[in-house]
Amino acid sequence: MIFADAFAWLVDPANWSGSKGIPVRIGVHLLYCLGAVLGASAIAVPLGLFVGHTGRGGTFLVGGGNALRALPTLGLVTFLYLIAGGGTGPVLIALIVLAVPPILAGTYAGIQDVDRGVVDAARGMGMTSGQVLWRVELPNALPLLIGGLRNATLQVVATASVAAYVGIETLGRPLLDGLRVLDYGQFVGGAVLIALVAVALDLLLAGGQKAIVPRGLRLTGQPTGPKKGKRSQKLVATAAQPDSGGSTA
Amino acid sequence: MIEFRAVTKRFDDGTIAVNSLDLTVEAGTITVFVGPSGCGKTTSLRMVNRMIDPTSGTILVDGKDVLSVDPPELRRGIGYVIQQAGLFPHRTVLDNVATVPLLLGWSKAKARSRAAELLELVGLPAEMGKRYPAQLSGGQQQRVGVARALAADPPVLLMDEPFSAVDPVVREGLQDELLRLQAELDKTIVFVTHDIDEAVRIGEKVAVFREGGVLAQYDKPSELLARPADDFVAHFVGKDRGYRSLSFVDASGVEVGAVPTVVVGEAVTAGDGWRLAVDERKHPRGWLPPGTTVDGPLAESVLKPGGSLFEVGQSIRGAMDAALSSPSGLGVAVDPEGAVVGVVTATQVLAVIEGQRESRG
Repeated sequence: MIFADAFAWLVDPANWSGSKGIPVRIGVHLLYCLGAVLGASAIAVPLGLFVGHTGRGGTFLVGGGNALRALPTLGLVTFLYLIAGGGTGPVLIALIVLAVPPILAGTYAGIQDVDRGVVDAARGMGMTSGQVLWRVELPNALPLLIGGLRNATLQVVATASVAAYVGIETLGRPLLDGLRVLDYGQFVGGAVLIALVAVALDLLLAGGQKAIVPRGLRLTGQPTGPKKGKRSQKLVATAAQPDSGGSTA
Repeated sequence: MIEFRAVTKRFDDGTIAVNSLDLTVEAGTITVFVGPSGCGKTTSLRMVNRMIDPTSGTILVDGKDVLSVDPPELRRGIGYVIQQAGLFPHRTVLDNVATVPLLLGWSKAKARSRAAELLELVGLPAEMGKRYPAQLSGGQQQRVGVARALAADPPVLLMDEPFSAVDPVVREGLQDELLRLQAELDKTIVFVTHDIDEAVRIGEKVAVFREGGVLAQYDKPSELLARPADDFVAHFVGKDRGYRSLSFVDASGVEVGAVPTVVVGEAVTAGDGWRLAVDERKHPRGWLPPGTTVDGPLAESVLKPGGSLFEVGQSIRGAMDAALSSPSGLGVAVDPEGAVVGVVTATQVLAVIEGQRESRG
């Protein structure tokens, strides 16, 4: 019954046009997601590279990342809305806060997980610290780094719905409206759309991962050589690395 | 030439890894640092290319203080091979080997053609250059590691337990390969291992370290086995050192005697005693025990498998082992092509050893 209603809502041409139509909402939703993941990457990737490369501040980073993760996003949006007023800013900041931990953990774990022997050899060959990072550590960290990005993207796509609470036309709108007027068709239809967007984005990133991750790494079926450092395993576990984030050999 | 002058390394936690080391590694030799774990052998090696800096003292490479050179620049001029090779998994074998030439600013084409030469030098087929490290066996990876270290033709090569992660048979092959390369290239090689057998096998000089980073003895392998400086070294070189030292006595004094032979696939004439079975190229196939009757052509199934073989002119350890491992008690000597030359008994070998002891006085 509900699914028939949802289907009816999804195929109703009236829902696909106008400034509150589904295409506009998908567009707004995607814009927020893109902004949040890019913003979070701009913070988390350099930080993760730095901490992973130098080994300084790793404990602080993991603790801080997990603390951020514990913040309820809806509460954060409301809080920021109350202190900063309406507009795009509070929502974007809240989504960035949400997306930072998985990207940070993925980047850091990716760098830490590079075989110590490989890094030692790179230094011993005469690479400068920067060359070790860009030419050896980063390429080998890509599988876990992109895994972190995918994880962050999924979370942001699901959570961008909360923007609707503060009046922004994301795909959260049908959920709120549907709930308010007990229109379960609209409610479920909106949820289906969010899920479809999440799956589509993840497939896109999976394709990107396949294109970007060096061939030599995909051959092994794991990010680095046979003897992996064990010390980052715990971090990956606590950071809830997505199982989809591994290699695609 | 590499000189350690009163080199001490104390780590932040207070452990002394290397204690006032004075040692000269002569140019064009393989010098092995050996000792139990925690004896400072690896730390000493890593101070040469500044992977670790000494707390005090001076290290000179070809007369130049390493501390006066910027580490990356210093390291590009010194070959470096580590345990498990440490190949870059994201790069092809060829690009791995081309690493240092590219860092030195060579053109890509020149670096790659040099890398291809190196693969050939270490005995890998050219098409392996297109593969990735994950597609190679441990022994092949280690060969690539050696090729990578040699790519820019550095005069000095540092090898940190390079062969300890591969199985014994492959390890022996890699050791032979290294000795062959060294005969060709004449590098100054420092080789770290915890395996005393490996040390005496490949080292022209061996430095034995003890716990606390103290150099216990620095000598030729034969001297190390014959005259250990103290109980620590004697214990470290092991119970079999008497037998192992036979590796340094050449077998040319051993008189090789004739042996009755039979040919596999041909009729066997009557005879008694052990008879050595050979194929048409005179390569040994096994022993025909006394009293065996053979009808028709000789089949390999009636033969007893032979013992180890030794080459005429090699060490007397091989001759002794051949005699001891042979079912007939006769050690089979072969020429470099593998054809039978004759046989020796353990008694004969012992007589030669005793004779040499007397002549040494």
